[in-house]
Amino acid sequence: MEKYLTGLLGWIDERFPLTANWKAHLSEYYAPKNFNFWYYFGSLAMLVLVLQIVTGIFLTMHYKPDAELAFASVEYIMRDVSWGWLIRYMHSTGSSMFFVVVYLHMLRGMLYGSYRNPRELLWLFGVGIFLCLMGEAFFGYLLPWGQMSYWGAQVIINLFTSIPFIGPDISLWVRGDYTVSDATLNRFFAFHVAALPLVLLGLVAAHIIALHEVGSNNPDGVEIKKLKDPKTHIPLDGIPFHPYYTVKDIVGVAVFLIVFSAILFFAPEMGGYFLEANNFIPADSLKTPPHIAPVWYFTPYYSILRAVPPILNSQFPGVAAMGLSVMVFALLPWLDRSPVKSIRYRGNQYKVWLALFVISFLVLGYLGTEPTNVWGQFSGSWAEHLDIKERATWAARLFTLVYFLFFVLMPWYSKIDKTKPVPERVTG
Amino acid sequence: MKKLILMLSLLVPLAVLANEDAALQHAPINPNNQASLQRGAKVFVNYCLNCHSAAYMRYNRLADIGLTEAQIKANLLFAAEKVGEPMTVAMNKKDAKDWFGVPPPDLSVEARARGADWLYTYLRGFYRDDTRPTGWNNTVFDKVGMPHILWQLQGQQILKVEEKLDAHGEKAEMHTLVLDKPGLLSPAEYDGVVADLVNYLVFMGEPAKNQRLHLGLIVLLFLGLFYVIAFYLKKEFWKDVH
Amino acid sequence: MANQQVNQGKRRFLIAATTAVGGAAAVAVAVPFVISMMPSERAKAAGAPVEQDISKIEPGSMITVEWRGKPVWIVSLTPEMASLLAKHNDKLSDPMLDVVTQQPDYCKNTTRSIRPNLVVMVGICTHLGCSPSPKLQAGSDMGADWPGGFYCPCHGSKFDLTGRVFKGSPAPINLEVPRYKYLSDTLLLIGQDDKGVA
Repeated sequence: MEKYLTGLLGWIDERFPLTANWKAHLSEYYAPKNFNFWYYFGSLAMLVLVLQIVTGIFLTMHYKPDAELAFASVEYIMRDVSWGWLIRYMHSTGSSMFFVVVYLHMLRGMLYGSYRNPRELLWLFGVGIFLCLMGEAFFGYLLPWGQMSYWGAQVIINLFTSIPFIGPDISLWVRGDYTVSDATLNRFFAFHVAALPLVLLGLVAAHIIALHEVGSNNPDGVEIKKLKDPKTHIPLDGIPFHPYYTVKDIVGVAVFLIVFSAILFFAPEMGGYFLEANNFIPADSLKTPPHIAPVWYFTPYYSILRAVPPILNSQFPGVAAMGLSVMVFALLPWLDRSPVKSIRYRGNQYKVWLALFVISFLVLGYLGTEPTNVWGQFSGSWAEHLDIKERATWAARLFTLVYFLFFVLMPWYSKIDKTKPVPERVTG
Repeated sequence: MKKLILMLSLLVPLAVLANEDAALQHAPINPNNQASLQRGAKVFVNYCLNCHSAAYMRYNRLADIGLTEAQIKANLLFAAEKVGEPMTVAMNKKDAKDWFGVPPPDLSVEARARGADWLYTYLRGFYRDDTRPTGWNNTVFDKVGMPHILWQLQGQQILKVEEKLDAHGEKAEMHTLVLDKPGLLSPAEYDGVVADLVNYLVFMGEPAKNQRLHLGLIVLLFLGLFYVIAFYLKKEFWKDVH
Repeated sequence: MANQQVNQGKRRFLIAATTAVGGAAAVAVAVPFVISMMPSERAKAAGAPVEQDISKIEPGSMITVEWRGKPVWIVSLTPEMASLLAKHNDKLSDPMLDVVTQQPDYCKNTTRSIRPNLVVMVGICTHLGCSPSPKLQAGSDMGADWPGGFYCPCHGSKFDLTGRVFKGSPAPINLEVPRYKYLSDTLLLIGQDDKGVA
């Protein structure tokens, strides 16, 4: 038996570099031996990607991208298709969990300086994946054709209108109609199930190729390739990805799946954060729900949009700020001037700024889910006089400022920050 | 990690501050009470299904609440011929709009959109209001288009508005519903009927829910086992590294 | 790295256990996906058994009923038609109805039916799925020795009045007789019998 398998492998290897690839990416890909909790989220993102693609394909078999039929076809999946409810909940839970995993993956990069030389391109591919995911989420959210789908798309598309001169035409072009309609739904479907997944897969491949070219960073920010065994040329602090990280990631997968299943089976709506109550009402172009907010993973950016006041009667500054708040991640490799990579060896300045950034992100995220008057209003004649009435809006403005200052001031505070000496070898 | 938890804990008081739900009564429903669900289905078919459809719900799905096909056919199948058909209504949308101002919404997933408590409060919250074309208004749905379909059961309520001092010593309008003319049922009996109906509406919103919860338990137990094995596998291999 | 002896047996066992439990999980997840491609409740409802009043069918004629999107023929045989059936057994591929999938047990008789004068069958050729044309009368344009039956225009398969296929036809087996039962003297239920739904 084994003789035949070896023979078959030889036959394949003469025609396709199967063993070579297995070695290059798994059994002889040397990863630092000190990966911690934060290093699970890359492989988990991969798992969720596969999950979304498979469940998405099966949903496409039953879903109808037609304004007359879309809402009903989702309920058809939930009721009439055998196990349709499971596949749909997997997909809807998966979309939110995708962002959970990706946000933690990105925060890992920021904690340990994974975007620094020589991993700038790796980081840029990652930002590309993130943008692509946001596109997937946005296009996909219209498909159930509920009230939140409809008005969410309406509001986001109308943001383009604020772009000077060409804005209105861009909105019209994106919708393909004077309002969000069947034409919009149909093209969003095309983007969601065909165009963006192709781009996403290409970017993920590029992300992994780039990673395996430069090698993984680690919690110490030490380049393990600098110190190799003189005989074997294997990094002294490296261990083969397979079997060590495959077995470790399996544990991560098990824990993740437990969390994922707990949500999927016991709280698929997640208190209205993963599936919103208003989205169980079919889209109605004549009636906006009283309170609309994007899905939780978009709310930090949405808060930034609302925080920036109109200037010269134009909403454009808010829209620009929102766009910038996402794109600015791409600049991190060049904003960070610290001599060290990992937060372990950085000084207090960076730690405080990163903490402020994370707090801002979370508070902005929370504020984005709530109406602007959530914390009530400032009272007193001074508030009337200064036209600062809404507390939440002002909080959002403060945190928006902090969010951007984290990036804008980074070249300075990261450079002057007191750092600790970085060890030669990884610790722990 | 600790930092993250700390940050999250900072957010909790904010979330509590933001809670400003109107006073809804808690719906006393039990999704495992099949008798209640069956009574609710009967109320639904007799009272709601004349104007409201539940077009995504098939009659034979009522098997999930313990009804046989023969029972469905004999007791509930008025608007359709076969048990496999969905719960549609004959009324056309344009007529409905002329009569009620808005076409009565499909109720298949109404419970998921509104929530059980809202439905329970709503169905108990109709009161006489002669300024409305139907003669009825509602405490949680002001200027509601639907007349009080269950009024013969509940009787006729009126809304009493009083000025009272609230806890802070400020004047506030107190709204209380008072039963003006009793109906066929006592208030307690009527609440029971409404609870059955809401129970059924919640079931209809997601018929697969019971199956979901049941399967979830098995899945979690299985994954727990998988975790234990995977943990020991990892531990065994990582002896090489440590 | 490893100073102590590696316990290969333990490793092999743990790998096998993880693979087994993980593999079982993967199969268990795959099952709902595969089943989701089976007919949905809507398709099942649309394919539900069909009731048909049979009191108006003239002897020697037939009617066509739609069941699951397929034509189901109900042929009323005259005594002459029925008497001819046994005479061409030697020309048939499966005169004794040995292919049991093509009719329920209770129709394994000379007329392939519950009542000897009323034949029910699915009008779909067992060759490639066309619907044959009725040629009920003996002789006619089908030649002098035609006993009456059905002729498939696609590839020329020939069947007798009870749907049995003639030798030399591209169709390999007899036409299918669906499950059916009589709800009353004049009411037929197609697609369901006392054993359940087809």
